[in-house]
Amino acid sequence: MSDIRESKAFAVATVLAVLLVVWYLASILLNLQPQLDTYARTAAPVPPLPQLLADLWSQAKPILPAPHQIVGEMWNATIGQDIASKRSLLQAAGITLAGTVLGFIIGTVLGLLLAVYIVHNEAANRSLMPWIIASQTIPILAIAPMLVVGFNAIGLTGILPKALISTYLSFFPVVVGMVKGFRSPDQMQLDLMRSYSASRGTVFWRLRLPASMPFLFASMKVGVAIALIGALVAELTYTSGGGLGVRLLTGSYNGQTVVMWAVLVIAAVLAAILVASVGLAERLVLRNMGAQPA
Amino acid sequence: MARGQIGTNVVEAKGLGLTFATNDGDVVALSDVDLDIAAGEFVSFIGPSGCGKTTLLRVIADLERPTTGSITINGMSPEEARKSRAYGYVFQAPALFPWRTIERNVALPLEIMGYPEAERRARIARTLELVNLAGFERKFPWQLSGGMQQRASIARALAFDADLLLMDEPFGALDEIVRDHLNSELLKLFARTKKTIAFVTHSIPEAVYLSTKIVVMSPRPGRVTDVIHSTLPAERPLEIRETPEFLAIAHRVRQGLHAGHSYEETV
Repeated sequence: MSDIRESKAFAVATVLAVLLVVWYLASILLNLQPQLDTYARTAAPVPPLPQLLADLWSQAKPILPAPHQIVGEMWNATIGQDIASKRSLLQAAGITLAGTVLGFIIGTVLGLLLAVYIVHNEAANRSLMPWIIASQTIPILAIAPMLVVGFNAIGLTGILPKALISTYLSFFPVVVGMVKGFRSPDQMQLDLMRSYSASRGTVFWRLRLPASMPFLFASMKVGVAIALIGALVAELTYTSGGGLGVRLLTGSYNGQTVVMWAVLVIAAVLAAILVASVGLAERLVLRNMGAQPA
Repeated sequence: MARGQIGTNVVEAKGLGLTFATNDGDVVALSDVDLDIAAGEFVSFIGPSGCGKTTLLRVIADLERPTTGSITINGMSPEEARKSRAYGYVFQAPALFPWRTIERNVALPLEIMGYPEAERRARIARTLELVNLAGFERKFPWQLSGGMQQRASIARALAFDADLLLMDEPFGALDEIVRDHLNSELLKLFARTKKTIAFVTHSIPEAVYLSTKIVVMSPRPGRVTDVIHSTLPAERPLEIRETPEFLAIAHRVRQGLHAGHSYEETV
């Protein structure tokens, strides 16, 4: 019955195809001048079109690498590489993932605790919230190096400093989302609990917390994505620990655009996996909470 | 405890007044209200919006504090009565927790009040039976119609041992057919449970059909204009609403409402 043109896979494939075409065209345009310069420098004549295209799409350091070059580099640096090797992007991704997940977990717990405090304490509501918002107006690129150096000075090394940068970013959506989530029960539900003379603790566990679950998962999806950004940025400063950020940095020092793009694609895939994992947890939890099937 | 003794007053209010301070100045929600509700009575509060009928119910429930006058519930202050869980409250909307099944919604007050597991199960079964919802224990609220949801919320208010049931326009959002049905169900429930019920409504037939006593109220300031003791028998089929006796009471209620309203044209 259902037309293939109506399917989600078809829609995604169409967008992907358009993207690939645009990408290949762009890679011709951007890499053409440097290629022509190379021909001129070596006094070689400009070859016929098929050879020109082949040359354009196989430059060692193109301005914009063609998709197949990026895929090739990803293949070589993952499947084609021993995972124990420092050149393995899988290993780098694993290091970044560890920092991201640790930072995200700490950030989520911190965000939850702050939200609980803010909802239950009017003074905290007025005094903490502006500071929490202000913390996010500081560019992470500016503060990350200072924090990493600071942590180093007090003997914090390894995965933790990196994780704390992820925490710094990911606690914010959780605080904001959960303050709203904990306040989402309506007046009638709160009056009901009051008519039972329920304590604040009871109101929290039986009403505010379950009511806030949709908010929690929405916040966590944002939080986990920016936790990854935090880990990458931290790795730009804290290079001895390795990770995707370090590969990005060395790639940019050496003009290895193909490596940089491969790292970016892997980071994007990692982010997608993380967000999808939170989405899966969301579906499982909300189904058990009797959510209406969409 | 003298609770529930025949002839004793469950609710006694004297000179009750409540003024809300708002940005536009003070709003007098209740003014000089005297009220007695005896054990086993079904008392309706009827009046146009703004007459303070819901506020009065919320004062009884200790969800609002009066600014003047005195009120006792079972001889206690409203706060003490609330803390001793003297009443069950049914709101205008079911206010069920969407993440709990019907049985777990009914279990909510029992959990909070620390009833043991076996006792909880027995009470859930009994009260769901009472409101004709047996068989729907495992359903989530969204799987039930509005009328069934409101019945579940009544079951929740009946599940624990409160002799006083406070109902704030519980059927106001339902269509008339469902409402008729639930009204007769509520009367049967009233007969079987021997509870004292305070019921807020803006429907004259509903008030007359259900009540043993009708308190007519009028707005600005919210006050009691008439108290009518029903002469209808305890046994009330739906057809009773066409009898002259019923219509006579309804007429008196309507006149009470008009009397309270007459000055309003000048506002």
